[in-house]
Amino acid sequence: MSPGGQAEARQGGSLVLTPASARLSGDWTLRALGPQLPGLRRQLRMASADAAWSLEAVERLDSFGATLLWQAWGRRWPTQLSLRPAHRQTLERVARSAERPLPQLSAFTPIDAVVALGGALIAFLAHVRDFVALLGQIFLDLLHVLRHPRDWPWLEISANVHKVGVKAMPVTALVGFLIGVVLSYLSSLQLKVFGADVFIVNILGLGIIRELGPVLVSVLVAGRSGSAMTAQLGVMRVTEEIDALAAMGVSCSLRLVLPKVIALGLVMPLLVLWTSTIALLGGWVSAWVELDLSLRYFVDALPDAVPVANVYIGLSKGAVFGVLIALVACHFGLRVKPNTESLSANTTASVVTAITAVILVDALFAIATKSIGIPG
Amino acid sequence: MNPPASSPATVVSLRGIATRFGRNVVHEELDLDVARGEIVALVGGSGSGKTTLLRHIIGLTRPAAGTVQLFGELLQAGDRSARLARQRRFGVLFQQGALFSAFTVGENIAFPMRELGIMSAAEIDDLVALKLAMVEMEPEHSVLMPAELSGGMVKRAALARALALEPELLLLDEPTAGLDPERSASFVRLIRALHGDLGLTVVLITHDLDTLAAMASKVAVLADRRILSYAPLEETLRVDHPFIERFFRGAQGQRALARATGAN
Repeated sequence: MSPGGQAEARQGGSLVLTPASARLSGDWTLRALGPQLPGLRRQLRMASADAAWSLEAVERLDSFGATLLWQAWGRRWPTQLSLRPAHRQTLERVARSAERPLPQLSAFTPIDAVVALGGALIAFLAHVRDFVALLGQIFLDLLHVLRHPRDWPWLEISANVHKVGVKAMPVTALVGFLIGVVLSYLSSLQLKVFGADVFIVNILGLGIIRELGPVLVSVLVAGRSGSAMTAQLGVMRVTEEIDALAAMGVSCSLRLVLPKVIALGLVMPLLVLWTSTIALLGGWVSAWVELDLSLRYFVDALPDAVPVANVYIGLSKGAVFGVLIALVACHFGLRVKPNTESLSANTTASVVTAITAVILVDALFAIATKSIGIPG
Repeated sequence: MNPPASSPATVVSLRGIATRFGRNVVHEELDLDVARGEIVALVGGSGSGKTTLLRHIIGLTRPAAGTVQLFGELLQAGDRSARLARQRRFGVLFQQGALFSAFTVGENIAFPMRELGIMSAAEIDDLVALKLAMVEMEPEHSVLMPAELSGGMVKRAALARALALEPELLLLDEPTAGLDPERSASFVRLIRALHGDLGLTVVLITHDLDTLAAMASKVAVLADRRILSYAPLEETLRVDHPFIERFFRGAQGQRALARATGAN
């Protein structure tokens, strides 16, 4: 155990066994033992705790070497043992801590299953409660800013509009265009068989404007902006920035949540309009190549094939989905606990919940609007 | 001053270190040798590059010029396994503890042992219990998550993890920052006891004069981009330099030194 100038050339630990004695020598340290550990373990298993153990020739003994010996002795002192005082101290320390083993996790029982089920139910109810509370808070904030127009978080809203709207335009356009091309190509192949080429306008118009556009944009925005919102609020929670805001008397929901909800509610209809237009353009490109349909005919036929109510339905879907995504993202962001696991779990949950909720609400829309805007 | 090439008794040896961040020169022609068994406190003003120097020693960053030797070998010498073996000879306590937040305390301490790949599960369990006892924590703490620990406990758990592979060199970045005086004193006692028991070499960064006076066998003062003075505390105090004047001879410094000399 001397810290001073020991020779660097280390003698790995070695063990000489006879039926009645065990003689150890060399360095019994983690680094010195490493290479010969399997052989030593085998030897130690053959040695008996009742033998006379001599550790006097051991140069160094660290806590790993001591643990190795202690386990070889079956966690008790051998009857005959001779060693240096410093090494005895090391072994005594190992022996003391080994008396109080680590608490072991108990095995999974049926009761645990019931507890887990109940826990999941309670967690779900907590989510619902918190979500309703968040909705209520947003509502109160809205009432507040309507009465105190000076408190409108204009700056934050405009920053969010830029972040979630303007910057999302290229990716939504690209995806929309490609989906339009693919949809139109597959449909026109079928339509050609029946000689019903002109109906491509009806299929694309109704499908994209009413259904595909809003859902496609929602999925993209939930993945792109929803996850970013959750992560941002989560990290702000971890770094106590939200607490700092609260300490200054600034409402976190007013400054952080409300601007996101309003911005996404404003921007989503515009993104839907933009993406649907590009998707229709992509659809026309495919129809032009496959069916030789002119752009002029496509544009002329579109208003006849698709009643204008469908545009309103698409835009209002966009607004509702946008608000929904922002609310879900903020809800999960505010639940992040200060560790990496919680951050990743909540970000995942945010995106998955947002997309699921969007598709559920889309189904509700489909039922509620089933008699509106369908050409007879 | 041009010391001889480092011998095995020199654990850390820095030669001609230069560090630049853009135009900002942090270190220039910096030399430092830490002998085996020393407790070296690295002090310096804010932004003087103490943490950067520690990161050079760990190998997280590379100096723009100069060499870093650990245990008499260049930091980059040897193949992957040789470098890995050298890295396992030192333990680091980061300023915020840097415990893996997805693991329990016990898993955090067991992590380096598992990575080593030569220990059995039973040995790891015993050693985790031992390391916890070494840093004066209870076995029950092993199932807690880092988020459930107080600041002092995080430092202890991180120290236990740093000690997992029986290091010869312990690098501590602000070990007592953020601890109240009582916890800070008990942490200092703990490190001194471990130093005595295990024959460790310790390099620590600190702003806390109480910590410094209580444990450092030598003080390395980092100022003017180099090691201004490297000597025991009493000799350091005799050096005439504005930084040393401010750092050690202010009212707070005098009190801490008086306490330290009174305690010894």
